[in-house]
Amino acid sequence: MSGVMTRTHRKQSLWLAFLLHRLSGLTLALFLPVHFYVLGLALRDSADLDGFLALTDNPIVKLMEFSLVFLLAVHLFGGLRLLALEFLPWHDRQKSLAAGAAALAFLAGCGFLLRAF
Amino acid sequence: MTVISALQTSEISVSVWRGDETGGEPVHYQVPQQPSQTVLDVVTWIQRNAEPGLSYRFACRVGMCGSCAMMVNGRPRWTCRTHVRDVLDGQKIELAPLRNLPVIKDLVCDMSEFFAKWQRAEGRFQPTSGRHDAVANFVPSTPQRVAADAGIECINCAVCYAACDVVTWNPGYLGPAALNRAWTLVNDVRDGGQRNRLHAISGQGGCQNCHSQQGCSNHCPVKLNPTRSIAGLKKTIARAVLKRQL
Amino acid sequence: MLSPRLFVAQRLSALIMAPLVIAHLLGMIVAVQGGLDSGEILSRTQGSMAFGLFYQLFVFVVSIHAAIGIRVVCHEWANLHGRMLDLITWSVMLILLIMGTFAVIAVALP
Repeated sequence: MSGVMTRTHRKQSLWLAFLLHRLSGLTLALFLPVHFYVLGLALRDSADLDGFLALTDNPIVKLMEFSLVFLLAVHLFGGLRLLALEFLPWHDRQKSLAAGAAALAFLAGCGFLLRAF
Repeated sequence: MTVISALQTSEISVSVWRGDETGGEPVHYQVPQQPSQTVLDVVTWIQRNAEPGLSYRFACRVGMCGSCAMMVNGRPRWTCRTHVRDVLDGQKIELAPLRNLPVIKDLVCDMSEFFAKWQRAEGRFQPTSGRHDAVANFVPSTPQRVAADAGIECINCAVCYAACDVVTWNPGYLGPAALNRAWTLVNDVRDGGQRNRLHAISGQGGCQNCHSQQGCSNHCPVKLNPTRSIAGLKKTIARAVLKRQL
Repeated sequence: MLSPRLFVAQRLSALIMAPLVIAHLLGMIVAVQGGLDSGEILSRTQGSMAFGLFYQLFVFVVSIHAAIGIRVVCHEWANLHGRMLDLITWSVMLILLIMGTFAVIAVALP
């Protein structure tokens, strides 16, 4: 899949919304097994979990967590936009809705970041 | 030579994809720029003055038939309705045959699969009455008729098909035009083929493959909205699944 | 590469998960205050039936949703189909279901 965004017919915001939705979904799907594994550490010994969680004090790790929160939120809000598009009466303002979804997701991420630091 | 044409010195660099089903490459031509010029004028100039062997399609040249559709600077458009000044990218234009369809020669693509998908989507009217029956009496303002009317102006030019990435990635996908047509018939109260159509639009190439990228609506020269039609089809099949009809 | 039933399953799982994800996001934003500590988290979750049920539901639904999503991506971008595609779909679902259930047990068991 070369030249993803360089194809001219793709240079529009709703294609970008699609790409963001797909990439966020992929990232979350790949992240989940890692997430489940880390939580499973609590079964063995909470010291293991603590050891891992201590890593999360690192600001770079916090930024990665912000990205995950953002990706989850953007996938959620983008998904809600799609569900509305497909199952509620049609609205022409799809670009505005897509932009709104991304903005809400960013706010959610910022909410996380503010509490994390 | 008239005074005006004697003063015309600016030229456009036009890159035209030339080749056939075995392959091809862009070939460059210098075309005189005119004050009011469509991309179709440019292609015609090339064929008449520079390359008689250039193959391309056109018919009405006034934006009614859709025959002249091709990729102009990476976007599928009707060349007769595309003014050069609107697409000139630093005195350059790139022309190529429509995406997602096999090439026959140069700018001419094979539309067979596009039309075949139209049929596969049950995009044809199935009458329920004959010439001896009374004329069908349906109200134009019903939601169903309004939904159908919103999509019936499609002239099957394949611009939306060329713009759709799901068609690129999923060769069996019926595509926006075929599904849009099917939607207009789903909403036609006179049509008797709804059961077959339901299966046709929910099969492997069905409407559920659409990701609402809206490349189709973005590029449709007749300003139709196949994404909206496909959303309607999605509601239809979801209802059918929940009612165990699919 | 979706049947109409898989399509509906995808949309339904999304709808069910919407409130679960919102709750999870809010929970994370609350929990992350002052750093993450296993004692703090586990004291809230261990022995809590509500927590266990909430997250087990989440695991069940996300396994279906992610598996179908990955299926579509594998078909469109990796050109996979037929049995290989089915194998990947089932594998994703089972991996997430099993690992997720272990995780829920780990944090919710008293």
